[in-house]
Amino acid sequence: MKNSDVCIIELKGLTKTFDDQQVLKGIDLKIYENEFLTLLGPSGCGKTTTLRIIAGFEEPDMGEVLFNGVEISAVPPYKREVNTVFQKYALFPHLDVFDNIAFGLNLKKMPQDVIEQKVKKMLSLVGLSGYENRDVISLSGGQQQRIAIARALVNEPKVLLLDEPLGALDARLRKEMQSELKKIQQEVGITFIYVTHDQEEALSMSDTVVVMKDGEIQQIGTPIDIYNEPENRFVASFIGESNIIEGNMLDDCLVKFDGFEFECVDKGFKPNEEVEVVLRPEDIDIIAKDFKKKTKIHGKVESVVFKGVHYEIMVATENRTYKIHTTDYFAPDLEVGLSFGPEDIHVMYTMGWTA
Amino acid sequence: MRFYKNFILPYLVWAGLLIVIPLIMILIYAFTADGNSVLTVSFTFDNFKNILSSAYISVFWTSLKIGIITVLICLVLGYLMAYLIAQFSEKVQTILILLVTIPMWINMLLRTYAWISILSDNGLLNSLLTFLGLEPMSLMYTDFAVILGLVCDFLPFMIIPIHTSLSKMDKSLIEASYDLGANKFQTFKRVIFKLSIPGVVNGIIMVFLLSISSFVIPKLLGGGNYMMVGNLIESQFISVGDWNFGSAISFVLAAIMLVAIKITEKFDKTDE
Repeated sequence: MKNSDVCIIELKGLTKTFDDQQVLKGIDLKIYENEFLTLLGPSGCGKTTTLRIIAGFEEPDMGEVLFNGVEISAVPPYKREVNTVFQKYALFPHLDVFDNIAFGLNLKKMPQDVIEQKVKKMLSLVGLSGYENRDVISLSGGQQQRIAIARALVNEPKVLLLDEPLGALDARLRKEMQSELKKIQQEVGITFIYVTHDQEEALSMSDTVVVMKDGEIQQIGTPIDIYNEPENRFVASFIGESNIIEGNMLDDCLVKFDGFEFECVDKGFKPNEEVEVVLRPEDIDIIAKDFKKKTKIHGKVESVVFKGVHYEIMVATENRTYKIHTTDYFAPDLEVGLSFGPEDIHVMYTMGWTA
Repeated sequence: MRFYKNFILPYLVWAGLLIVIPLIMILIYAFTADGNSVLTVSFTFDNFKNILSSAYISVFWTSLKIGIITVLICLVLGYLMAYLIAQFSEKVQTILILLVTIPMWINMLLRTYAWISILSDNGLLNSLLTFLGLEPMSLMYTDFAVILGLVCDFLPFMIIPIHTSLSKMDKSLIEASYDLGANKFQTFKRVIFKLSIPGVVNGIIMVFLLSISSFVIPKLLGGGNYMMVGNLIESQFISVGDWNFGSAISFVLAAIMLVAIKITEKFDKTDE
């Protein structure tokens, strides 16, 4: 889903240590033109530090930052062709909306009529036309956010960096801003690098998702890849919900877990290699009639929780309790069987060795 | 809540007795003169007319001049120090601010006497100059000595409010400025200084009020003939005994201070 094959930013072997704590342990990443790339991970995974290195607020201990092929890790932030939207907006309280947005243009000594025109255009892009003379402190969180985006974009950066920009907004506004951000990105046609810990945000907006943990990249891929083909237990459990089961790969397309052999679609493992199997809760079907003939795994409904669109049903089996999402209701204590197809089984390498 | 409000009562009584009543008395004294045997007090503007004589006007002028010079020096030195202090980690900042305030723990008279022993004709500084083979200088009883004393005494009152406004500044605003293309100097001019103006205004007001009304420092470092408004008021009450005239001068001084505060605050609001 990349819009372009031209690499605009390349990170090579970035490491960074703060107070004896290594927050980045060698980040390698290629970021392409017009791409909406999200750095996703729990707090402390190094995603914000990576962003701050690209912006120029931090210098890496080791490694390179290439911008259009030129090493820039020692270039100060004010000379870089990137702009940042800060987590808490960081609008200048002593300036009104117009002067906030015009801040970068004024520094470039552009003629006043050009500045006025550009600021007007930006305000209409973020849907706040007519707000020029407002005091920024009087604006709501969502409006401040839009001004912050306008203030960054008006400088026509090659890359826009966004550091958890929606974190301080309420759930509804966040949804609204998500689709708006995506729309703005397509309209201006530049690269967005977006940092968040919210997996739903990452999946719904991004072209590419980079999952990080403890200063290392876990997986790079499209949202669909990341969700359907997680590379390890961490990615599988961090993005969406999942049943993770230890098993053995008997042969190509044949995996064994919980005492049964299952057909699957994964290949390329060593014979009898220990693996972990992901079963997404929505991919498992519960069968109540004749289940002993139709299914291998049998169990008893342990609990049923209504979640709105679906029920979350826990089924206790001999070896483990499965989490299942279904729109059908099954009463507690009912004996049932669990069914899933080969394409619902996703086999991953085990993670044990990383520690 | 209502119960705790009662705790303000002792303060109200105290403020009434020691602030409001004396102020009213000053006001009454300023507009009256000793009358004749029939009516002991009479209303008059004469006290204010007296101030307009050139000798007294020049005293006001000296005070204003010394006050403004002291404020300017304190502003430059104080801003520089506050800015430097704000660059350190929070722990170090606490220690540095403590160091700034430590001189205030020593009695002001002692500190002023220390300056006399440094600046006087056969004091520390002149001994050093003679030792180095240079001409000794006469430093005591000059504007220089008075301003030096005032600056050293009141500098903390400039540093602390400026440091407060600098240290509580949101660091991401400074990063945002760099991010938008401003270099270090432009960031200071357009963001850091602008956001520290409330602290600067507080510092200016405090140092100005303290220096224009001071009388110990000009008396000790400026000598017996050195007159600032504070000394004039003191002499009217203590040696001349003209309480009416002294009150009128105090009244005018208070008015000047009020005007100065209003002007400075205006600077705070219309900074663009």
